[in-house]
Amino acid sequence: MDNNLNETVRVKADNINFFYGSKKALNGINMDINANKVTALIGPSGCGKSTFLRLINRMNDLIGSSRIEGKLLLDGKNIFDKDVDVVELRRRVGMVFQKPNPFPKSIYENMAYGLEIKGIKDKKFIDEKVFDSLKKAALWDEIKDRLNDSALRLSGGQQQRLCIARCLVVEPEVILFDEPCASLDPISTRKIEELIIELKQFYTIIIVTHNMQQAARVSDYTAFMYLGDLIEFGHTEKLFTVPKDKRTEEYLTGKFG
Amino acid sequence: MYKTKEKIYEWIFMATAFSSLIFLLGIIIVLFNEGLPIFKDVGVFQFIFGSSWYPTHIPPEYGIFPVIIGSFVVTLGAMFIAVPLGMGSALYIYEMASEKQRNILKPVVELLGGIPSIIFGFFGMVIIAPFLQSVLKIPTGLCAFTGMVVLGIMAIPVVCSIAEDALSFVPRSYREASYALGGNRWQTLIRVVIPAAGSGISTAIILGVSRVIGETMTVLMVTGGAAMIPKSIFDPVRPMTSTIAAEMGEAAMGSPHYHSLFAIGLILFLITLVFNVIAEVISRKYRIKLGLDV
Ligand SMILES: Nc1ncnc2c1ncn2[C@@H]1O[C@H](COP(=O)(O)OP(=O)(O)OP(=O)(O)O)[C@@H](O)[C@H]1O
Ligand SMILES: [Mg+2]
Repeated sequence: MDNNLNETVRVKADNINFFYGSKKALNGINMDINANKVTALIGPSGCGKSTFLRLINRMNDLIGSSRIEGKLLLDGKNIFDKDVDVVELRRRVGMVFQKPNPFPKSIYENMAYGLEIKGIKDKKFIDEKVFDSLKKAALWDEIKDRLNDSALRLSGGQQQRLCIARCLVVEPEVILFDEPCASLDPISTRKIEELIIELKQFYTIIIVTHNMQQAARVSDYTAFMYLGDLIEFGHTEKLFTVPKDKRTEEYLTGKFG
Repeated sequence: MYKTKEKIYEWIFMATAFSSLIFLLGIIIVLFNEGLPIFKDVGVFQFIFGSSWYPTHIPPEYGIFPVIIGSFVVTLGAMFIAVPLGMGSALYIYEMASEKQRNILKPVVELLGGIPSIIFGFFGMVIIAPFLQSVLKIPTGLCAFTGMVVLGIMAIPVVCSIAEDALSFVPRSYREASYALGGNRWQTLIRVVIPAAGSGISTAIILGVSRVIGETMTVLMVTGGAAMIPKSIFDPVRPMTSTIAAEMGEAAMGSPHYHSLFAIGLILFLITLVFNVIAEVISRKYRIKLGLDV
């Protein structure tokens, strides 16, 4: 693993085991995720990428029979501690899903949702944040005249950028992307990749992807997972050019997965 | 050979599919055919808004306003019971109950829905009516209120099971999006899930209303049967269905009384039709606004 002393660690996985019922999905994962960088999670289907990602905003809470061991630290604080407020955690750690999932509401209502549920009523403040986030997500110019249209009428790529913008509204520190381009065409994919690179100056980004070129294009660090193990983790460039583990090399060259 | 066989199958299935249409047409023709003649004796307006229903007096009076009001009052009251209880059960069973509770509650609700309506009638007569009579010191417990309670309970399973279906059609991804933005369970339910299930929920309510407004046996047993405009919900009423059921046997075939009963059926049919169409339009508009149907 690379040790980089002048980086701030934002998320730290400390020996995490995770079980769905009796099935073990993650085996002793240790990972330091740096602030203001893009970290990519790659690996064959079923290796536990989404499982790991969903731990970071505790979406796993919604799965009845799951169990976790180890610690996951966000800015040094274990997010599984009893005194952690999940709602607050999820505001700090935003998530963008594989399939764009705007609410069946207007574009504006989608954007304002995160603030309204926080109890914010100040219309002017909400407007400001909504417009600002739409601009950050490079969506403003395309939709500024149709904020009251249903979000479901946007194209797939626009919907996904709306979901990104929607998550920016609540001002997260970390953003999790689970295969955000899996259902999009190459042009929309390109736009989202550009956006991710743009956003990393403000946020810490973790992205799961099956697309090696995408990992190479957008990420600073890459983690290769296999069957619930973290096999290799380091600078993207190094991992792609001189992988240390044979399995990483085989995966990158398309021998399996 | 194969071709003809296939054609025959197609015809058979087409016939089954169109049979509903034919039955519907048949019913409509009968209703109009047997109901319209009354309007030769009584004007449409006089028939619908007339306030006395004395079909066997001399001279007879055919004003069905009291029975329309009877149906209306009982249905409205029943919905005040069935909608909150049915919706509440659906939300609890689908969204909150543990696996174990769900496995008990779901079959219980279904069982309630499977009880023949006449048995609900017994329940109203033997339990609710005497209770009301002694508590409120009214001459009879068989009144509009008893009808509301009994019919309301009968409609709970209809509302509940359809609302539950509607909730189950809301994609998990909506819930996940809400949780991921820091929404709690209530906010997710009230701001995302229920609106997204809105058109299905409105269907649940409409079907509940249809169940109640068309119910005959129970109302006949528990509402007291007076064809008068009620002054309070504790007065006896005679809704449209029970008027038809109670009087059909004594009305001479082809007499004005006979035709007037068909006309009541016709109006009941038209009311439910209009109601369904309005509800369908509203529900579609709503879905289009949300972008669920484009
Ligand atoms: N809710 C669940 N209940 C039980 N097992 C699950 C659940 N979700 C995932 N798993 C199992 O855990 C393992 C890891 O799944 P996960 O979804 O994290 O893989 P992934 O790396 O994201 O795969 P993909 O690339 O296909 O998305 C798989 O074997 C999967 O079958
Ligand atoms: Mg996955």
